Amino acid sequence: MHNKTLTELKAGLQAKDFSARELTEHFLDRIQARDGELNSFITVTREQALQQADAADQAIAAGDHRLLTGLPIAHKDIFCTEGVRTSCGSRMLDNFIAPYTATVVEKMAGEGAIMLGKTNMDEFAMGSSNETSFYGPVRNPWDTERVPGGSSGGAAASLAARLAPGATGTDTGGSIRQPAALNGVTGLKPTYGRVSRWGMIAFASSLDQAGPLGLSAADCALMLQAMAGHDDKDSTCLNEPVDDYLGGLDQNLDGLRIGVPEEFFPDNLDGAIADNARAAMGELEKQGAKLVKVSLPSIKLSVPAYYVIAPAEASSNLSRFDGVRFGYRCEDPKDLEDLYKRSRSEGFGAEVKRRILVGTYALSAGYYDAYYKRAQQVRRLIRDDFARAFKEVDVLMGPTSPETAFKLGAKADDPVNMYMADVFTIAVNLAGLPALSMPSGFIDGLPAGTQVIGNYFQEGRILNVAHRYQLATDWHQRIPGAFQ
Amino acid sequence: MSSSLFNGWEVVIGLEVHVQLATRSKIFSGASTATGDEPNRHASLIDLGMPGTLPVVNKEAIRNAVRFGLAINAEIGRRSVFERKNYFYPDLPKGYQTTQLAEPIVGPGEVVIQLDDGSEKTVRIHHAHLEEDAGKSLHEDFHGMTGIDLNRAGTPLIEIVSEPDMGNAEEAVAFARKLHAIVTSIGVCDGDMSQGNMRFDVNISVRRPGEPLGTRTETKNLNSFRFMEKAIKLEVERQIDVLEDGGKIVQETRLYNGDTNTARSMRTKEDANDYRYFPCPDLLPVLVSEEDIEALRAEMPELPDARKARFMDAYQLSDYDAALLASSMATARYFETAADHGGDAKLAANWVMGDLAAKLNAEDLDIAHCPVSAEHLGQLIQRIKDGTISSKIAKQVFEACWAGDGSPDQIIESQGLKQMSDSGELEKIIDQIIADSPAQVEDYRNADDAKRKKKIGYFVGQVMKATQGKANPQQVNELLQEKL
Repeated sequence: MHNKTLTELKAGLQAKDFSARELTEHFLDRIQARDGELNSFITVTREQALQQADAADQAIAAGDHRLLTGLPIAHKDIFCTEGVRTSCGSRMLDNFIAPYTATVVEKMAGEGAIMLGKTNMDEFAMGSSNETSFYGPVRNPWDTERVPGGSSGGAAASLAARLAPGATGTDTGGSIRQPAALNGVTGLKPTYGRVSRWGMIAFASSLDQAGPLGLSAADCALMLQAMAGHDDKDSTCLNEPVDDYLGGLDQNLDGLRIGVPEEFFPDNLDGAIADNARAAMGELEKQGAKLVKVSLPSIKLSVPAYYVIAPAEASSNLSRFDGVRFGYRCEDPKDLEDLYKRSRSEGFGAEVKRRILVGTYALSAGYYDAYYKRAQQVRRLIRDDFARAFKEVDVLMGPTSPETAFKLGAKADDPVNMYMADVFTIAVNLAGLPALSMPSGFIDGLPAGTQVIGNYFQEGRILNVAHRYQLATDWHQRIPGAFQ
Repeated sequence: MSSSLFNGWEVVIGLEVHVQLATRSKIFSGASTATGDEPNRHASLIDLGMPGTLPVVNKEAIRNAVRFGLAINAEIGRRSVFERKNYFYPDLPKGYQTTQLAEPIVGPGEVVIQLDDGSEKTVRIHHAHLEEDAGKSLHEDFHGMTGIDLNRAGTPLIEIVSEPDMGNAEEAVAFARKLHAIVTSIGVCDGDMSQGNMRFDVNISVRRPGEPLGTRTETKNLNSFRFMEKAIKLEVERQIDVLEDGGKIVQETRLYNGDTNTARSMRTKEDANDYRYFPCPDLLPVLVSEEDIEALRAEMPELPDARKARFMDAYQLSDYDAALLASSMATARYFETAADHGGDAKLAANWVMGDLAAKLNAEDLDIAHCPVSAEHLGQLIQRIKDGTISSKIAKQVFEACWAGDGSPDQIIESQGLKQMSDSGELEKIIDQIIADSPAQVEDYRNADDAKRKKKIGYFVGQVMKATQGKANPQQVNELLQEKL
């Protein structure tokens, strides 16, 4: 049962091959049996999941089939869930029981989804290896000595290991796509403003976007269908009609113009990674797509621009964690300043503190123009580059990550090297575009992913491209040997 | 230039005025702005700064700010931007205040003030911006700890920043009063200063004429016009003393204490925070269209200057009386109601500016909290006009009404204060007094006309004493003259 996609499980539920309770219990048991090896969940909500499963079975019996009725989903522990600990991977929120539920979680539950639990992540989504979590690193099911990527590492690893058939993640600089690539699953970051941020703990507000991770593009389409849409509670969530993502999956790729940015294939790129992405594009060419060389000259500035803007926003977003109203508070503060200093020093991990410091510096009087303002200018240049490219092509493609899963601890002492893991994904967040990563093969036994970037609100188009690719390939169906 | 020199020093004053907007809900949440309830009753998830929550701007707050801009003939910011002002304080839940800086909603404008000598002066407004209020720290009753009440957190404010165009305390107070009149007239603020709904910070510096601006100080916590005037005089004197003693003014924030008429330094420039302003990524720029502006202009209520002109015209009031009565919406509304109910505008004006103002002043009450309603004052005026009571008895009725003894009619009835109109009964009393005072009668009759006018006073006094003041003095006079 756990090797099936959400789409297949949905059909099975409707055909009453199994009940939602059976399905949910199966995954809960599997998590219990196998997650000790991976640490992909922070919290498993067994009782609640079974209650939701029973409700789904009643709905199915009554003929009430919604988009996700009876389908178990793992939510990243960045989404607030009422009555359930929402830790954001941090000691700061280890004791935080959210008093309300995020729109994404609520919308999926409204479509009948069942929450299995909350997945592990880099602390406050800051990281590309899932090693910054207060709850310990997540391990890659393809090789448990390796990282799963981050920050949605728990989500991607739990999917790859078939501990959950669908998952939510968030992507600020690649946090859905990079772990999807490193675990051999499909992950979609929607257009900024496509999915509500209400209830999603903020890292960098102008970049954060929630999206689905699944075993196939079709599964991502199914989940996005439930997640997307306007929300009055998020001013940056746009009031654009939601396309029929499922309905558009099958359209053929005749005449599709695929832009190949030369900057995604720099001279120093690992040849195997480059070959892998080129092979994926070759497959699409066979289906009628045309490859067009394009250039995005400003994206070489995207990592430095990102590492000014994201920490700047984070430094402000994380000010609310002060030990006063919720979250971690130090023992016996002797005065207000002591309360602030110790609560924050003890509650935050090293990477979070590093980014708060960087961001605070970038916004400081006298440095604002040189850093924050300049970074915003770079951001406009990047956006303009993409806009120019999308006049010529329908989608852009390249490798998702410059490398496959690396060893645990390999980059722990080299933050800049770690930041380069997101070199191909970050520009997309700066521009606010939708992009997905799909499994496109293996290098030395480790999954590699290819990124498909679309124009604004063209989620349907990139899902269609990935789906057509997945009809012709079986990389997305491979299961790590230990988790068959 | 009406500002005078103080010992050869020129005084330069600018104001920053915080005006609490009279919206029902907060600026970024749906919580009520009601005051007086138990702490934190109106602290929503957003006001608490809960992780994952997002602000949505209150459109009525935007409209109120535009209304104010139109009232002072300001340029309206077609595009205004909320920014974050970052600092830590326990009653600032998010660790930043959402405010406006570089692109405020109200641009340069002007306010014309009337000075005591009848002349006018224009005070330029630099800009006015929208922002959220903080909560309150409560230091009592918590066994050495501090309580936080977030009911006020998120209440919408506009901060009005003047140019340093005022040259003395009187001008500053005239400006403050005029702003009060404007914001209450257009209904964007209830003007209740005792509740802190309008708060004034005063920037003061002194210099020798022709020299560059001196170092300024900011005095805070001025919650009445009287305190503002005293505080300015105190600070001007202090600065001149310091400079004349060869000292230097330190740029600092000073806190005024109205009870002791003293001020102390709160913090100097060296302690100042670096607020690390940057545009709030959770909010879109506020766009105000030409149509929005014209719609608000069309429904603009009467402004104080127009009201003053109307009072002069409709009620035949003097320039001085009309200006005073038009000076605040609450006063104007009170006066008009009393005049309409009493049927005598002049009498109503005299009462409102005389006995009523004195009593309010003595008890430090705002007219909005006056225990005698305008309707009751109108009734009182009616009873004076129709001869039911004398002006003297009216003062007694007014006092009783203030004390809460009921309506003027009830008080006149229950305390038997009705003027004696039965001339038969009055004649009997007068006859008796004349009979009992042979010496005075003799004296009166021997006097010439001029002296008689004085001597008749004795008899009037006796009659009033005998009637406990209820006789109509004019009638008494007439009867006495006839009988003597």
